[in-house]
Amino acid sequence: MNTTSYSQTPVLDRGGPAQPLLVVRDLKKHFAVRGGPLEKTKKFVHAVDGVSFSVPKGKTLGIVGESGCGKSTTARLIARLMQADAGSMVFDGEGVDEFGGIRLKEFRRSLQMVFQDSFASLNPRLTIAETIAYGPRVHGMPAAEAMRQAHALLARVGLEPAQFASRYPHELSGGQRQRVNIARALAFDPRLVILDEAVAALDKSVQAQVLNLLQELKAERQLTYLFISHDLHVVHYISDYVMVMYLGQVVETGPVERIYGQAAHPYTRALLSAVPSMDPDNRTQASPLAGDPPNPINPPSGCRFHDRCPHAHPVCAAKAPLLIGLPGDPAHQAACHLNDPSSGHPAALTEVQP
Amino acid sequence: MTTPLVSLQDLSVQFCGSRTASALNEVNIELGAGEVLGLLGESGSGKSVTLRTLLRLHPARTTKIQGKMLVDGQDVLALKGRALDLYRGGTVSMVFQEPGLAFDPVYTIGQQITEAIRAHAAVDNQAARAQALQMLERVQIPQAKRRFDAYPHELSGGMRQRAMIALALACQPKLLLADEPTTALDATVQIQILLLLRELQRETGMSVIFVTHDIAAAVEVADRIAVMYAGRIVEQGPVSQIVRAPRHPYTTGLLAATVGTENRGQPLVAVPGSPPNLAALPPGCSFAPRCVHASERCRREVPPLQSVGTQALACWHPLMPLAEAA
Repeated sequence: MNTTSYSQTPVLDRGGPAQPLLVVRDLKKHFAVRGGPLEKTKKFVHAVDGVSFSVPKGKTLGIVGESGCGKSTTARLIARLMQADAGSMVFDGEGVDEFGGIRLKEFRRSLQMVFQDSFASLNPRLTIAETIAYGPRVHGMPAAEAMRQAHALLARVGLEPAQFASRYPHELSGGQRQRVNIARALAFDPRLVILDEAVAALDKSVQAQVLNLLQELKAERQLTYLFISHDLHVVHYISDYVMVMYLGQVVETGPVERIYGQAAHPYTRALLSAVPSMDPDNRTQASPLAGDPPNPINPPSGCRFHDRCPHAHPVCAAKAPLLIGLPGDPAHQAACHLNDPSSGHPAALTEVQP
Repeated sequence: MTTPLVSLQDLSVQFCGSRTASALNEVNIELGAGEVLGLLGESGSGKSVTLRTLLRLHPARTTKIQGKMLVDGQDVLALKGRALDLYRGGTVSMVFQEPGLAFDPVYTIGQQITEAIRAHAAVDNQAARAQALQMLERVQIPQAKRRFDAYPHELSGGMRQRAMIALALACQPKLLLADEPTTALDATVQIQILLLLRELQRETGMSVIFVTHDIAAAVEVADRIAVMYAGRIVEQGPVSQIVRAPRHPYTTGLLAATVGTENRGQPLVAVPGSPPNLAALPPGCSFAPRCVHASERCRREVPPLQSVGTQALACWHPLMPLAEAA
């Protein structure tokens, strides 16, 4: 347990505005699969396989992809809820848990997470005010002060403290519980908040309320969000940058207008056109992709998308494409042979623009 | 219109336990043969309860059902024993949200479909198996022969939902109830299942009640949409009317809360508050506490569901009166 005195000073900005808040390099996580007694070779799920990205200060990076693509594992690796097999992180110019870098405890204080299941992530035996005050108390804040702060936070997220502070999680609705989770995440004055499908389980009308709250808090406290979701509409609404993942790898990343306007990877285009049209006279006629995502235990060779890709060519199975910057905007990167004239794909750069 | 296939008249369902929750309050639904109705609403609005009541899946001891329920000329509430067994699956069949939980994990997909066919028709095992295999092919499961002997856990989510649809359609029901069949699926798989449902509906000519909280999914498959709130139908109409010219403030709120390209960077117009507690419904319109147009009358009297042609509305202060723009 922590016995050192509690320092109220928030983790200060060190690198200046141009320094990305978080830089992730080559993150890897392979889960071993329990095999049968006769299986000699051990199998691995390639959950996250060489993911690199950076999140600029005060911006929102949206991560999208189908289930099993490694979105949530990436979030957990960043939050250090599990240990990465390989890779490094730089938080505001300082290496995380490295010699001379930011200490893990301080890093954890400046990064908080909100999960999808609002009920499972709250302790059923603590009132919501106690839940919010718990973290700061563990870090050494006096109990009375932590409680005062918890009440202020509850008021901020739209739950009247006099009415709600002494309630238990089961006495709240889903939207209210998610507000409590957000308040708890804010108790440390974090700089980065990871929202892992934080609005996915909410009803549409409540989801809009929570999205508004998140936007307000971001502006008010200069937060940076890592927003993970499978809902492309919500990601479009809230993100400044978008990263598309497929089977543990980044296939495309860039500013939100570029991704939604000029997607360069066939997978991104398929994902975007799979969204129902909302126009009864103009219904979707054909499905952009057939089948389910392949098994991450034995990912396809070369480009992992090649067996579902309409533009696949033998070179795609042989060689894995690299994430390269695209003409027009170097921040927009895609990993597809079609965008690389030197790749040997016959249709390279001729079929890029739809 | 000839006699509708499904007709629910003033159907009310209450669950009695330590508290009494009114899950459905005087719901009226009519559905013709070959029609697809989208039932739209948030959690707790009574969408799934409607479907389960149609199949009589609620335990009789704790459920109080009032009103009338006619499906294909049969009074569903009066069915008993063998007739009820034949009705379930034979006349009306259901696709559940979580196919992983709806299948029995210790039997193969093929065995379960075969069993369902043999329970309803006097066919031998071989014929039933051939029929089951044909069903799997019809729902476009690749390598259907191999999947026939697969256990549910060996299939992916999308494949399991296809198998679930094959099971539901195995006995050629006249009405398919789909309870959020695509909610648990990824976007790329969701659109495949929606297209499949639409195609199968066109082929077989069955009626479908499609329950969803996602208005976009309803638009893809439904002809008509009924919006539910706190156990009541608040608005009903053709898809294009609901999407383009909603009348009820709740429908408008739902549509405004749907995020899209247009409202990037602006705060969303959210419906304040949260859905009411079904054990303690307000005396008047259940939406009144959250409604910006609510008046004294809304808080006192429940607005009746009035219908003009294919459209219906239950609101004292509609954004547009019913008769207009019909």
